[in-house]
Amino acid sequence: MKMGSKEDNIQSGSGMIVDFIKGRAFYLLGILLFLAAWQIACTLKGFGDFSEAFSPLSAALALLEMARNGDILHHAIPSLRRVLVSLSLAIVFALPTGVLVGYFRQLEQITYVPFQFMRMISPLAWMPIAIIIFGVGDVSVTFLLWLVAIWPLILNTVHGAGRVSPLWLNMAKTMGAKDMGILSKIIIPAAIPDMLTGLRLAVGVSWIILVPAEMLGVPDGLGYFILDTRDRFRYDQLMATIFIIGAIGYLLDSANRWLISKFAWKI
Amino acid sequence: MRTTFLEVPSIEGKNRKMEMERDGTENKTLLEMREVSKTFRKDGSDVLVLQDVNFSICEGEFVCILGPTGCGKSVTLQIVAGLIEQTTGSVILDGKEEHGPGPHKGMVFQEYALLPWRSVVENVEIGLELRGIDKKERRRIALEQLATVGLSGSEEQKVHEISVGMRQRVAIARALANDPKILLMDEPFEALDALTKEEMQIQILKVWERTGTTILFVTHDVDEAIFLSDRICVMDINPGRVKKMLVNQLPRPRHECVSRTDKAFNDMRDEIIKLYSSLKEEELDLII
Repeated sequence: MKMGSKEDNIQSGSGMIVDFIKGRAFYLLGILLFLAAWQIACTLKGFGDFSEAFSPLSAALALLEMARNGDILHHAIPSLRRVLVSLSLAIVFALPTGVLVGYFRQLEQITYVPFQFMRMISPLAWMPIAIIIFGVGDVSVTFLLWLVAIWPLILNTVHGAGRVSPLWLNMAKTMGAKDMGILSKIIIPAAIPDMLTGLRLAVGVSWIILVPAEMLGVPDGLGYFILDTRDRFRYDQLMATIFIIGAIGYLLDSANRWLISKFAWKI
Repeated sequence: MRTTFLEVPSIEGKNRKMEMERDGTENKTLLEMREVSKTFRKDGSDVLVLQDVNFSICEGEFVCILGPTGCGKSVTLQIVAGLIEQTTGSVILDGKEEHGPGPHKGMVFQEYALLPWRSVVENVEIGLELRGIDKKERRRIALEQLATVGLSGSEEQKVHEISVGMRQRVAIARALANDPKILLMDEPFEALDALTKEEMQIQILKVWERTGTTILFVTHDVDEAIFLSDRICVMDINPGRVKKMLVNQLPRPRHECVSRTDKAFNDMRDEIIKLYSSLKEEELDLII
């Protein structure tokens, strides 16, 4: 790893670019094939009479238009805000819960059935109840996103805190550690890789649920904009919005993968 | 005169040890096991794994507990460490009855028990951290202990980057960092290859001489016990109990004065193996 980066440094700039592309040739090929298949399907009217509007070319043009008139930022920022707020609230709730449940065996048994039961319910099923309690708008959407994000966070943290090597616990005890010391110096750091895996899953599922959740009576956001473009028959903009949703989701997941590579310890 | 003076620091530890032996100051009892027994419940019935273990260890002594698998030698050590509670009897350390684990009893595990998310020096610091010692002071102590085990310069490495021999030395430094009254070692070199094992045996003797600490060392390797110990506590199986306490008078420092092919070494090995063969005959008699 270190050797590789050293070699990169002494190579010329153009050599680096060539190497960069060589190492990723198949990734690039994948992207090109994907776009080509999409374009061909549209050109061949694979999606009916409106096919041309769905093509990557019209989507790209619509994307430029939306970038210029501010639609992208106007809808992407509220969406990101909702996801980040609900994720933060989910983390604050789920990580301590997961650590305690993972550490205390009785707590794990007490919560097992309720947790496994609750996590299988789509948060959208709670939508009417959320609206009764919180009203139509941001709070309801944030609540639904929170509800979907806590399960992967809790369950992965429980797993991480529960599989801590008994050897580490014995070691800590011979060092004079009490419950608090064991939690803070052994259990929590030991569970960090699982917490990060939980976060990655939570971000993925939150981003997926965001779109339908934003179709429930908020005045902005990418989910809202999907319905808006449909109502205005702007299928090119609809495709551009879909593209933005995919791209932001991809970037969020990449950020998570970076976090994992940076902070998950290796054996 | 001048050369003698210069030599003093390097052999200071050894001199102190030898003086202690001559003075007889080493005879102060540090650890005493009184009638310690342990029964485990297994499949609804009680199994006696340790019966009336009695022995005592003097301050500064290196005692090996030697025995075959299932003789309860590890259980004995874990009772001393406070990780397992004895069914009857008591463990007296430094005049006080012991209950539960604590940093005054440094434990070195066979599987190292290092924390993979911490660097070498951070692993050594864990005990000091748990006791709330401030950052500067614990770094100073940790670096000092890493130097004691010969690991200066490796402090920033991660656990998965260093060899298994180095890992066990980190674990020893970690136990020493708490300045324990006694160092308890549970088959610490078992997972090492033969060459690393011998190297580590010399290393632990050097650490022992340098620090003057008391060591209780569990092993099933006869040569290891002879090479390291002042006394060998030979244990028996079914039920686990102390068979005999042997005094090992081979000269020190062992890595300079003793070869494993010496007559004295062989005699000692024969004596121990004879203990075990008589043990086997007894068992055979029982079976017949």
